Amino acid sequence: MLWIAVGFGGYLLLPWYVADGGFWSLEWLFGGAPLTADYASGLFQGLLHDRPWLLPVGVLLVAPIAVVGRPKADPVFGAALITIGAAGLAYVVGQGFTIGISGWEFPLLEPLLGPTDLRQDGMGYGALLAAAAFLFMVTLGFAARGAIKGDVFVVGSIGLIMALVAVFVFFPVFRILISAVQDNDGSYSFNLFLSKLFDDKIWGVACLTANLRCGVAWNSLLLAILTGISSTLLGLAFALIATRTNFRAKRLLRVLTMLPIITPPFVIGLAVILLFGRAGLVSQSLWDLFGIAPTRWVFGLPGIWFAQTLAFTPIAFLVLIGIVEGVSPAMEEASQTLRATSWQTFSTVSLPLMRPGLANAFLLGFIESLADFGNPLVLGGNFDVLSTEIFFAIVGAQNDQGRAAVLAIVLLAFTLSAFIAQRLWLGRKSYVTVTGKADSGMPVMIPARVKAIVFGTALPWAALTVVVYIIILFGGFVELLGRNNTFTLRHYIDTFGITRGDFGLVFSGLAWNSFFTTISIAAIAAPLTASIGLLTAYILVRQRFVGRNAFEFGTMLSFAIPGTVIGVSYILAFNVPPIEITGTGVILVLSFMFRNMPVGVRAGIASMSQLDASLDEASLTLGANSFTTVRKVILPLLRPAILAALVFSFVRAMTAISAVIFLVSANYDMATSFIIGRVENGDFGQAIAYSSVLILVMMVAILLLQLLVGERRLRRRAGTAAPVPTASTGLAA
Amino acid sequence: MTMNANSAAVRFEGVTKAFGAVVAVDEVSFTVEAGSLVTLLGPSGCGKTTTLRMIAGLEMVTAGRILIGDQDVTSLPATDRDVSMVFQSYALFPHMNVIENVSYGLVVSGMAKPVARERAEEGLTQVGLAGYGNRLPSELSGGQQQRVAVARALVLEPQVLLFDEPLSNLDAKLRRRVREDIRELQQNLHMTSVYVTHDQEEALAVSDRVIVMRNAEIAQEGTPHDLYEWPLDVFVADFVGDANVIRCEITRIDGLEATVRLGGTERRLPHRDLPVGEANLAIRPEAIRLNTEPSATAIAGSVRKAVYLGSHIEYAVDTDIGELFVSDSRDGQAITAGSSVSVTLAERGVVLVRP
Ligand SMILES: Nc1ncnc2c1ncn2[C@@H]1O[C@H](COP(=O)(O)OP(=O)(O)O)[C@@H](O)[C@H]1O
Ligand SMILES: [Mg+2]
Repeated sequence: MLWIAVGFGGYLLLPWYVADGGFWSLEWLFGGAPLTADYASGLFQGLLHDRPWLLPVGVLLVAPIAVVGRPKADPVFGAALITIGAAGLAYVVGQGFTIGISGWEFPLLEPLLGPTDLRQDGMGYGALLAAAAFLFMVTLGFAARGAIKGDVFVVGSIGLIMALVAVFVFFPVFRILISAVQDNDGSYSFNLFLSKLFDDKIWGVACLTANLRCGVAWNSLLLAILTGISSTLLGLAFALIATRTNFRAKRLLRVLTMLPIITPPFVIGLAVILLFGRAGLVSQSLWDLFGIAPTRWVFGLPGIWFAQTLAFTPIAFLVLIGIVEGVSPAMEEASQTLRATSWQTFSTVSLPLMRPGLANAFLLGFIESLADFGNPLVLGGNFDVLSTEIFFAIVGAQNDQGRAAVLAIVLLAFTLSAFIAQRLWLGRKSYVTVTGKADSGMPVMIPARVKAIVFGTALPWAALTVVVYIIILFGGFVELLGRNNTFTLRHYIDTFGITRGDFGLVFSGLAWNSFFTTISIAAIAAPLTASIGLLTAYILVRQRFVGRNAFEFGTMLSFAIPGTVIGVSYILAFNVPPIEITGTGVILVLSFMFRNMPVGVRAGIASMSQLDASLDEASLTLGANSFTTVRKVILPLLRPAILAALVFSFVRAMTAISAVIFLVSANYDMATSFIIGRVENGDFGQAIAYSSVLILVMMVAILLLQLLVGERRLRRRAGTAAPVPTASTGLAA
Repeated sequence: MTMNANSAAVRFEGVTKAFGAVVAVDEVSFTVEAGSLVTLLGPSGCGKTTTLRMIAGLEMVTAGRILIGDQDVTSLPATDRDVSMVFQSYALFPHMNVIENVSYGLVVSGMAKPVARERAEEGLTQVGLAGYGNRLPSELSGGQQQRVAVARALVLEPQVLLFDEPLSNLDAKLRRRVREDIRELQQNLHMTSVYVTHDQEEALAVSDRVIVMRNAEIAQEGTPHDLYEWPLDVFVADFVGDANVIRCEITRIDGLEATVRLGGTERRLPHRDLPVGEANLAIRPEAIRLNTEPSATAIAGSVRKAVYLGSHIEYAVDTDIGELFVSDSRDGQAITAGSSVSVTLAERGVVLVRP
């Protein structure tokens, strides 16, 4: 009954609405809570400040007292809690949506109930606690009725995660759908939606017949297919080299797997410009040496394709190396003992066994490419794609939220189809194989023919990747790469300068502000992301319940929602009450949490499935409850996975751009959006300098992690240390 | 630690457990007397583990009631039941040392750490591992790990102690010794125990009573002696020990006895409620005697295969009544394959069984 107290306490004492100072502001502590209008709690808002609709909340909050004292097994107890809790939740949500900042939220209500001068702000702590109390009443009720073996902790966690995912994933997406059928005045018009949806700018095929532009949807699809194919093939080549040849520098190839994790994707685009742009290093050299005139080829489809392939090949490699290693050597040996030549073995046994993995890698590349925002923004030229169009629909002169919503729906439809195809078609194989144990036996070397092709494509590509990273790391030290290659520290001083001022040191560089914001937001988001991800993983791996598949789908869904779509949807959903958080740091933290949650979930699933379930059960039969079991048995054993999840969510929060660019505000600027801003200004030097600093910071974070995890492995011989999960499955932001 | 005063009886009343469409346990009822060791025996997949986990509260029943002592625990979760379990994989917490493992249950149920430690030390002494407290589970042999798992379950002095195939990860030699240790400890502490195994010899060796399961149901329940000597049906006869199942004919029933015709011979056996007509006879391999001298009153046969196994010799014998599997542990020369033999049956080890 703790939750009655918490909920009612919140209702009685804490401000019901968000105060002007923002969600985190503690001004209300001194400003007259719980009585004055701005900071009044739910109860006093209802009694003193003309908001009588808040009074029923209190009644519902204390209602369960009626059944306190009944035994848990009494069916009335559970049923009452479920009913009251659900009613309370529905009421809190309902009133939040019905009465907005300027009266009725639904135009329909106006004639029905008459005009109103009722208004309310976004919900604050009081509302939050009341809603949580209702939620846990419901879950307690279900537990009392025997759900999940009556386990209060697990049912509560499931309820909490479902509520969070509903509010921060489904609700925003739903808001997009709503906006899409609204015109700019807010009235609904389905025809307008249709005309926007089938607009020639989206679906036009003029480029086939005349020298005109095609619709953005076709552009995006074409680009995604090309990138999917090229990154898969290159990834396969690298995977074959790493596992099926006696290539010496295999360990170096493994370094490749780290790169996409620590590189903001647009940085590749930037490097490509610096190399191959009109004034690029390579273009200039070609002109000087051979008289080949520089062109603008990188700005457009070829450039984006090129940059995306560079950016996403490591991801395909990461997926495929698991697959290639997973092909049992025994099968290949069997084939060879059946007198197949090595080429026959490769083409009739090994390759077909890898087919699901190849499809998986392709779909990942496909989704990544569609979702990629940075590279098209930097390299787009006249080649428009959905993700950037969405951005320009919102921030550009158009400021057409409806159009942005429609574009977002089209993009979402593409990525979701690919995501669902991947799930239906490949099932859960993708988890198992990435961490699967290899059989014993020597992997068969690939045939000479294949080897030649593989080395011929992969090695030049690897060299190119190395050059790109050299450019990134050192490009910041010259005036303007390609044009003026004199050494300078100017860019670093401009961005990260520290000068001695009147009152001690001053962080005078331009970048410090966004740098500190980024670090702190990422540091706040990381533990939250890791916790929700691991908790979800625990539930998915260890608990069986009705609706588990839907639960899993819901938690993994945000993986398929491109960052740009998240950005737009968060703006649409959280700009107005009942949840009003745009322009705050909270919205950034939340967007990171729910975008990166699938990474945490997968990391957790991978390492938790290696923990024998009888460990939990032993703890339960020894009298520990499931919360104690998680705390004393599971968490200590998952420590490496937790560390990994922490670092990866931290790093991914630092490299994200697509959602971030919509959500940053003057107070909360992030590193990546700052860099994009520099690029758009043509300050390539500063952009590159800042990028290299980011990459270094993240590299340090990852190395630190590997050190910590490695140490643990040595100390424990039992082999319980979970593998460091790979970020293979994360969408580049 | 002396006799466990907490030991309580376990009762299943019409318990059913379904996983979706699969019925793992089907309307099973039985009682485990306080202080006794009852084994659930049966082939893989027949529902033994599920039954055990329902006692522990790790699975919830679909229908029926479970009582421990006088308490109806049907809807109690594992945490709230006073039951401990020794897992097949031992499930020792790898990040805790032996003493922490053994005192875990005491500590999480609120006992002060020093007291819990002391009790854990006692428990370790009981299983013969005094002084191993500071080792990690990974620094113990399989048999030692197993004993830690037992100690961890014992120190809670639970109402019921559960074992799920506790010996399956040990090698054959060790298995025999550990099962004797477990039995001795159980008897000394007078601990109600339910023990799951698919190994019939192990079941006979450790149990007060054995429950033989087949396809989610109880096939037969009884003392080891009852089961071996008086199997009810073909399945039990074949699963508990080996048996030659031979078609025969009941020609007459008078009193408790039936006259059974087998090949050219006749003998009298308890009829076990079987009617006159075709019937099945279970013959233990060691109840068959082979003789190289021909005899008119015996069944004629010829040895197809002879396998020398040191302590005894196994034969496959072709006869009119079918192929017989024979185990002969008497001294003497092995009969070579191809020899003609006359087959006679001993007094014990021949029973009528239901199909
Ligand atoms: N968690 C589960 N989900 C679905 N089916 C299960 C589950 N546990 C057991 N079963 C099924 O129930 C039956 C009995 O299993 P189990 O009790 O483990 O058998 P045993 O221990 O006798 O080998 C089997 O058919 C098994 O497949
Ligand atoms: Mg089993």
